[in-house]
Amino acid sequence: MSRWRIARLVAAKDLQIERRSKVVTNQVLPFAAVTMVMFAFALDASDLLERVAPGLVWLATMFSLLILVQRSFAVEASDGALDALRVAGVDPVAIFWGKSIALAVELVVLQVVLVIVAVLLYGAELRLGGVVLLATTVVLATCGLAAVGTLYGGLTAGFSGRETLLPLLVLPVVAPVLIGATRAMESALGTDGAVVSEGWPWIGLLAVFAVAFCAGGALAFGPLIEEAT
Amino acid sequence: MTTKSMTSRTTSTDLDAPIRRRAATGTRATRILGGLTMAMMGWLVAFGLGFSPADRDQKEAVRIMYVHVPTVWLAYLAFTVTALCSGLYLFSKKHSLGFDRFAGASAEIGVVFMGLTLVTGMLWGKITWGVYWEWDARLTTTALLFVSYVGYLAVRGLGGNHHQRAKRSAVVGLLAVIEIPLVHWSVRMWRSLHQTATVLDTDGDIDMDGLMLFSLFVGLIAFTLLFVWLLLHRSRSMAMEDILDDHGLDRALDARRAEAAIS
Repeated sequence: MSRWRIARLVAAKDLQIERRSKVVTNQVLPFAAVTMVMFAFALDASDLLERVAPGLVWLATMFSLLILVQRSFAVEASDGALDALRVAGVDPVAIFWGKSIALAVELVVLQVVLVIVAVLLYGAELRLGGVVLLATTVVLATCGLAAVGTLYGGLTAGFSGRETLLPLLVLPVVAPVLIGATRAMESALGTDGAVVSEGWPWIGLLAVFAVAFCAGGALAFGPLIEEAT
Repeated sequence: MTTKSMTSRTTSTDLDAPIRRRAATGTRATRILGGLTMAMMGWLVAFGLGFSPADRDQKEAVRIMYVHVPTVWLAYLAFTVTALCSGLYLFSKKHSLGFDRFAGASAEIGVVFMGLTLVTGMLWGKITWGVYWEWDARLTTTALLFVSYVGYLAVRGLGGNHHQRAKRSAVVGLLAVIEIPLVHWSVRMWRSLHQTATVLDTDGDIDMDGLMLFSLFVGLIAFTLLFVWLLLHRSRSMAMEDILDDHGLDRALDARRAEAAIS
């Protein structure tokens, strides 16, 4: 079986588990929405909310990412599925890609929901000229986040205390995505009079980030999940 | 840093042998190095607080620089050593745990001194800028770097056997090499305010009072010596901890076997 086919199978397996268990739709998405409401309580001023809406969308994404990653590896660790995959000789690079793709799909769904929430609750406005920039931002940022999440999820999988360690490891690493994606989204939505063209340099940053961690993650994932001899 | 040799035991003395043989982290070389470090530190205090002049604009506050710059230099040196040793562990054929311990010891020292950098920087900022913190590129990168290596140390503490620990932490140590430039780039795009580097200017001109510059270099040398001294001691004490771990396991196995034999 080719690496790509295995990756697709792993991704399909993860997505099917989520479709059946409904944990993402019934728990993670509502959590993200509640976070957005909490932000509104904390920053009690409607014009301020509109101004910081892109940043809050991405913050809510980061928090939800941590939960999604834990979920993604909890299903592997609970009955030793990751060990079984490894013992069966499944290519670790393919596992990494597969799990990243599944995580990316979940994140895109999450993003769509969060942008809708921002439009409804914060008064952010979508505009036609910024749609391409917005879509590119979401896709690239999501790729980077999914790769980082899968990488560090695999690192901490199967250890007690992983719930507390994961945020400490992941959040500093994804700081560039938070900065870049927030600025790009501000330009796309025209927050504070930002123009669309200002957003594209940030796309470069997001693209380099995504490529670096997709490549680095694929290289590092094997040694991480293998038993050391 | 000398521990008393273990009291002799009547049973299974061969198990105690490796610990007794390595019961100290100090050697003649490290003692000489330690003495030299102390001498340089004394010299730094004399020049930093005494002989060097106060700055025209920053007044006496400029003296924080003689600690601030060497600590940040030491921290970056330490993280570079961590990355190098992580790579050496992962890619060398032998997978020597010695590299892993150097990487870990170096990261610990780096975190401590990066913490000191942040503290001294904030004190200087309060005096010079009027605020403890500015969201400028270099400060923010440094803070994120600090948190990242705290994470690295947490990964080292995850457990498992020595080679599992070594492999995991080596991968995390190398990932930081991807992470640091990206963080720096993004934060620099975000904003920049820090005064531009004075000593390492791009055109190579050094624009500083001679005595100040000399004091600064005394500081750099003193802190580099300190780093080597700490690194040697810490990696040796880590080696002893590892031996103790193995040893404790052997002990426990022996005890279980003895129990089984009696019953």
